[in-house]
Amino acid sequence: MNVSSDFASSPADADTLERLRLRLGQAADAEGLLDVAYTTVDSPVGALLLAATPKGLVRVAFDIEDHDRVLETLSKRISPRVLRAPKRLDATARELDEYFARRRQVFDLPLDLSLSKGFRQLVQQHLPEIGYGQTRTYGQVAALVGNPKAFRAVGTACATNPLPLVVPCHRVLPADGTPGRYAGGPEAKLTLLNLEAA
Amino acid sequence: MQPFEKVVAQHGGTVLRVCRVLLGRHDAEDAWSETFLAAMRAYPDLPETANIEAWLVTIAHRKAIDLLRARKRQPIPVEDVPEAPTALGVPGAADAVDGDLWQAVRALPGKQRQAVAYHYVAGLPYAEIAEILGVTTDAARRAAADGIRNLRKNYPGAIREGAPS
Repeated sequence: MNVSSDFASSPADADTLERLRLRLGQAADAEGLLDVAYTTVDSPVGALLLAATPKGLVRVAFDIEDHDRVLETLSKRISPRVLRAPKRLDATARELDEYFARRRQVFDLPLDLSLSKGFRQLVQQHLPEIGYGQTRTYGQVAALVGNPKAFRAVGTACATNPLPLVVPCHRVLPADGTPGRYAGGPEAKLTLLNLEAA
Repeated sequence: MQPFEKVVAQHGGTVLRVCRVLLGRHDAEDAWSETFLAAMRAYPDLPETANIEAWLVTIAHRKAIDLLRARKRQPIPVEDVPEAPTALGVPGAADAVDGDLWQAVRALPGKQRQAVAYHYVAGLPYAEIAEILGVTTDAARRAAADGIRNLRKNYPGAIREGAPS
């Protein structure tokens, strides 16, 4: 008997499930269960994954970082209670839109820096001090955080920034004039620098 | 442990179909929501080796019972009961949204309906179903077989003939 195929999903199921999944995200948030909410948005530097804890934005990831792997890392390092729930990311998505449309120079979002520790987090906390359209070298940032010899560690802190774009590690460059390491790839870094220079 | 979103993506459809068999379309959505909310709460403590689908169906089973009780309908009977009269097969009485098969399954006695849902919709082995229903594996197998026999007898058009599974 083909009972199983008789019970197969009807065409309305995809819509129903989508609606139920969004409702689940809202209910989980209301019950304090939504440890990590995420969504994906399009941008001039490719699809971006945005993830937030109740504390604030915790991760911005480029397409080339593999969003599935990023979600697995969030699940391991923060909590497996991860759901696609765009609502918590509404303000982030809006501010990024404004940034890419050159209508915003400073992000005004609560951040959760818990994915980075120690010196890396210290560097990331100072990066927003580099204003829109400006750049610094790794050495200058090392001096900024009070450890002028740590330019290599600054390079690593920038390359492992969990919140690219919003925490502007793209404004930090090697002294030799090359774009340097960037989570989104060197082309994305140049796109952002050109956007801000225009 | 994989992100809970993957669990929803992978098993959401099956759980919805199970809930529909247990409750009908409208209540199925509430049961689905309750099931995944409860699952999300417990998820971080779930052993890595757990059979996630069986775990979800077990939660759905309980939520469906809760929902039926809360709505003060006839609860899912513990013992098989005689089939209730039904409007099925009466011209014009059929629900335009629900197919005949769904209605036919919901007209089954509780345990048969549950066994059919958990075996033929969720694809669980009878040993798992036995645990959910609190019966022996043989009794679970029998309930599913009786359910299918009833479906075939009462609504022959609703089930296509095919190779026995």
